[in-house]
Amino acid sequence: MLESSTSPAVEASLTALAVSLRGVTKAYDNGVMALGPLDLAVRKGEFISLLGPSGCGKSTALRLIAGLSTPSSGIVRVARREGVPQPGHGIGFVFQEPTLMPWTSVRENVRLPLRLGRVPKAEACARAEAALASVGLADFAEAFPRELSGGMKMRVSLARALVTDPDILLMDEPFAALDEITRFRLNNDLLALWRSLGKTVIFVTHSVFESVYLSQRVVVMTARPGRIQADLRIETVEPRGEEFRTSVAYSDYCRRVSAALAPSYAGQSTL
Amino acid sequence: MNVQAAVTAKPSGAQRAMRLVPPVLVFAAGLLAWELVVRIKEIPPYVLPAPSVIFLTLIKDWAVLSQSLATTLLTTLEGFVAASIGGIGLALLFNQSKWVEYSLFPYAIVLQVTPVIAIAPLLLIYLEQQTAVVVCAFIVAFFPVLSNTTLGLNSVDRNLAGLFQLYGASKPQTLRFLKLPAALPHILGGLRIAGGLSLIGAVVAEIAAGTAGAGSGLAYRIAESGYRLNIPRMFAALLLLSLAGIVIYGVLALVSHLVLRRWHESALGKEN
Repeated sequence: MLESSTSPAVEASLTALAVSLRGVTKAYDNGVMALGPLDLAVRKGEFISLLGPSGCGKSTALRLIAGLSTPSSGIVRVARREGVPQPGHGIGFVFQEPTLMPWTSVRENVRLPLRLGRVPKAEACARAEAALASVGLADFAEAFPRELSGGMKMRVSLARALVTDPDILLMDEPFAALDEITRFRLNNDLLALWRSLGKTVIFVTHSVFESVYLSQRVVVMTARPGRIQADLRIETVEPRGEEFRTSVAYSDYCRRVSAALAPSYAGQSTL
Repeated sequence: MNVQAAVTAKPSGAQRAMRLVPPVLVFAAGLLAWELVVRIKEIPPYVLPAPSVIFLTLIKDWAVLSQSLATTLLTTLEGFVAASIGGIGLALLFNQSKWVEYSLFPYAIVLQVTPVIAIAPLLLIYLEQQTAVVVCAFIVAFFPVLSNTTLGLNSVDRNLAGLFQLYGASKPQTLRFLKLPAALPHILGGLRIAGGLSLIGAVVAEIAAGTAGAGSGLAYRIAESGYRLNIPRMFAALLLLSLAGIVIYGVLALVSHLVLRRWHESALGKEN
């Protein structure tokens, strides 16, 4: 299902793509259509947000890209790096909850993907330390998850996703449960990481403001079954910072994205 | 961020005293009342022995009773180990294949719901006495281990399971790094119940076996002393059984606490 190679003719046009979905649908076992048909192309190094109402299948789309679930129809393609195979096929996943193993230390949690990929222990530990340092938690390797705050747990989760050095980072409403200040800080740190690491990021959120602040492209989805309602580019002076959050351009983009999102909620009278 | 405080938080001394002092006081008052009633009413020891008499009997008969205690404890331990290995092993097997689970689980339930006292005489016909007693202890104790371990293995966080899938974890890796640690609190809970139950199983089987001999356990001593109207010794043996049960529970609870203290809610203080 995760196809890395295609016929030579289409190969050339796909080389710049990190992820492509074509006519992808997903139906639950009970026959309810959750998603699609969905067509989406994500360029390498792009930061895109999937924005839509709850239950529109954004998380389902992410799980399909990660290979955690198989599409009912359509094709999911994920570009893979040449050479050494990576644990997780070059994909890092950050869930809505931190999803850490409570029974072991932060270091062990971050080392897990490498351990499952049978990377030698010394190397794995060093990479785990480096990943923790990149999210600002170098001093907390020995701590247990329950000893950390919600924001710190999320950082550990991010470090774990980064430890395999994936090309694509999938994030499923990662900051939804955090308070606003923590969320803003994590937004900025994520942007800084994205700029320095150059990874492709697909970010699922239901916050208009978060999607506009973070991404180069906001893909607005309809209510179930999720389809693409609008695809907007967010263009501004990079690197973005707090001044963007308070700029006129920012609120202008937010207004446009909200307008694009409005029809998705139109059918739902019980909000 | 208050890492240190969270780790070292413990119930205060006053709280601990509140949980210890009242039951000890009640116990002492009960013993005192018992002793007084027996002395004032001049109740003969073959009807109701005073606590002091029971205590003296315990010392006087220590040679016999300690031998029996060792026998019963050994049976209990064997039954407990068999139940732990059997229960956890069977749960792991069930977890590997739904077919095995569906095929065997009903029989595990049948074993559990049939009163062991009714099975014991049958087992004694087919098995050697010592084996039969251990099997009884096993039958009584294994079900909580099985059902708790099964519950634990099935209550793995869905997203964590997805993460293991994403990183291509093999079945043994998933078992070792995810399922077993996640099930650990449940397994330990099952073992805590199984400890007490294997003592009960051993006692029931000993009473059903009822054969004399040097290797007779505490339950047999109770039955034998009853026939001989040696009531103080009955009480002394009962006291030892009860203490054995408390110690078994305490040890298992301590082990559980030590294993889980750094991460599981059950082992943490209320304030956090």
